[in-house]
Amino acid sequence: MEFDFSADQKLLKEQVQRFLHDKSKLSVARRVLEGDETHAADIWRGLADLGALGVAVPEAYGGMGLGALELCVVAEEVGRACAPVPFQSSVCLATDALVQFGSEAQKTRWLPKLIAGETIGTMAVSEGGKGIAQMATTLAGDRLSGTKVPVIDGEAAGVAIVMAGGAGGATLAMVDLGGRGITRKRIDTLDPTRKQAEITFDGAAAEILGERGAGVRQLRTLHDRAAVLGAFEQIGGAEAALYMARDFALERYAFGRQIGSYQAIKHKLADAYIKIELARSNAYYGAMMLASGGADLPLAAAAARVSATDAYEYASKENIQTHGGIGFTWAADPHLHYRRSRLLSLSLGGATLWRNRLVTALEKRNAAA
Amino acid sequence: MNFNDTADEATFRLEARAFLEANAKRRVPGSAPSRTIDRDDEVIKSAKAWQSKKLGAGFAAITWPKHVGGRGGTPIQQIIYAQEEAQFVTPPGVFDIGLGMCIPTLIKHGTKEHAVRFVKPALKGDEIWCQLFSEPVAGSDVAGIRTRAKREGDTWVVNGQKVWTTGAHFCDFGLLLVRTDPDVAKHKGLTMFFVDMKSKGVETRPIKQVSGGAEFNEVFFTDVVIPDSQRLGKIGEGWTVALTTLMNERLAVGIATGILGVDDFLALARSADLDGEAAIKNGAIRDRLAQFFIEAEGLKYTRYRMWTALSRGETPGPQSSINKVVSGRMMQDLGSLSMEVMGDAGMIAGEGPGQGAFQRQWLGAAGFRIAGGTDEILRNIIAERVLGLPPDVRVDKDTTFSELEAARSKR
Repeated sequence: MEFDFSADQKLLKEQVQRFLHDKSKLSVARRVLEGDETHAADIWRGLADLGALGVAVPEAYGGMGLGALELCVVAEEVGRACAPVPFQSSVCLATDALVQFGSEAQKTRWLPKLIAGETIGTMAVSEGGKGIAQMATTLAGDRLSGTKVPVIDGEAAGVAIVMAGGAGGATLAMVDLGGRGITRKRIDTLDPTRKQAEITFDGAAAEILGERGAGVRQLRTLHDRAAVLGAFEQIGGAEAALYMARDFALERYAFGRQIGSYQAIKHKLADAYIKIELARSNAYYGAMMLASGGADLPLAAAAARVSATDAYEYASKENIQTHGGIGFTWAADPHLHYRRSRLLSLSLGGATLWRNRLVTALEKRNAAA
Repeated sequence: MNFNDTADEATFRLEARAFLEANAKRRVPGSAPSRTIDRDDEVIKSAKAWQSKKLGAGFAAITWPKHVGGRGGTPIQQIIYAQEEAQFVTPPGVFDIGLGMCIPTLIKHGTKEHAVRFVKPALKGDEIWCQLFSEPVAGSDVAGIRTRAKREGDTWVVNGQKVWTTGAHFCDFGLLLVRTDPDVAKHKGLTMFFVDMKSKGVETRPIKQVSGGAEFNEVFFTDVVIPDSQRLGKIGEGWTVALTTLMNERLAVGIATGILGVDDFLALARSADLDGEAAIKNGAIRDRLAQFFIEAEGLKYTRYRMWTALSRGETPGPQSSINKVVSGRMMQDLGSLSMEVMGDAGMIAGEGPGQGAFQRQWLGAAGFRIAGGTDEILRNIIAERVLGLPPDVRVDKDTTFSELEAARSKR
């Protein structure tokens, strides 16, 4: 039984952890929260220098040529640091989309830039809560028109993978956001450490990524894959929130005792620990399926996501609760995780959706058995 | 990452499987194994015979050193054997407490003579041991026990009452925690003995449980004479000895075998009708099923993480401490929701869908959440040992036991 990361993978994890611990303190997340920057460009560059943005990309395109497991450990550390960088959009979605479905020309054009952190990628699917069937964005020939909102990192991104309708059905289209016919507008969102935008395409130049009409299937594959990586990011964040609460509970006194000596606090934090360990174990299996291309990926990804969403949500809200009044202030840090937790739990679809997917996948597996 | 055995592990697994194939029947998949300790003499007899066979083949005490009769094997071999045995019909584990808790305590704190006399018969299944710690006044706070032992020359005279003693009715010996000095703080006045359950003055009465069974007992001690040679550890150091036993208990009780799980629930939800359609189509049912799934799978893979550490020869992380607290509540919730899915038939305990298995599980879960460390004590342990939070305030820490008792009787 080898159900753990290897020594090399743990070394990579420590390396990324050390960098983020030194450079991406919560003060950096706060800087982005309160400031005008779309993301912390210094941290993004640092991650690119470590090779962290291309660990799972083949060496031929400038990546490290490692695998999904290495990317999982990076994701966990990004989450732990609550780093204000476009990791999920650019690495887990756009870069992975190119690796999975890109043509040779598309890979050659975009992957080296994405890995080097020179270009940020994102994914634009949503049209303000409408389903894909009601989508108004269309791809006609090589021209894309429509409005996507919200697009995470839509302002900073140089390339977007856009879900579009039109003849042949839902299709993923690649758009160079530096081209003509594109307007972007920053929008107010729940977690301003990760800025979002509304992007309007007016006959913008686009090319198909993968197959025409295969958009829904491709998106599903990408979401399953990103759900596993996202689970690691959520677990990292959840642990950070738990230990923030623990540290506060050790230092804060009430009624003559450390509040961490009261069972109301102890049991709450023990429950957070339990949820995190369950999530970690589910995420390990997700990672194993992701790395091996196992047929169990849809079920494993859903389990990892549901479990990790639960863990981060619980740890981040109870972190505020443990802090009491100070935890509700803008100046204290707990709300950074509260916001990030919500962002990560919504960005690939909420827990309700994934719980349903989990059961559908389980029914399918049991019917096949 | 993979789930494969190493070459050595694979060899051991084949050996274990060959032994089981030759000596036991394969279990029909989906049927819950019977692990209930009953009051049926035949069950005890068959358990003893099975234990003797296991010892002969080297599977009775896999991780124990050879000089005490063990195999000198590894924890991962123990796990592999348990995985294989779970696929066969075997008698209930009447030796789990004795071999898992009492005998390791005897080996650690007893004399060489004790080991020579008692280890082999216990391993062979000839003598069964039980644990006599809890009392009506002392459960989670077991150091608050009242059973008193007074010294008389080379012997001790014991008076008091123990409770929740699993298997006391068929046991030959018991590990007995008593108070030898009430005039010091409660943890300090305790001493550990072992007692012959057939001694004069020992009376065992069954306790009928919520689940209807009677696996455990109350045990009364009236002027029971125990020779000082049956003392384990020094006088007044019983608490230290008890900790050895309790640490082993968490390992033993934490493994819930043969419970109904997610697949059983899914099969039920597919066939049952809920308000005019298959229950599995109901969103609320799907939501709960997803929750059961992440808990069950999360625990399974948490075990895999522990086995990986053991397989690598490393010390497993603290994550295994979540096992019992998650599985107890899940057993209970899954049992409860299953009955809802059955509709009115959920009220039938015997002949209904699943022959009452979900109902039995739901009833049993109420006890599982308490036995061997309550949910609350386990959360305290996680908070204190894993997260490093302070221990609960102990207001009785600097008070002698007799003062505590005096204060209690005044209230």
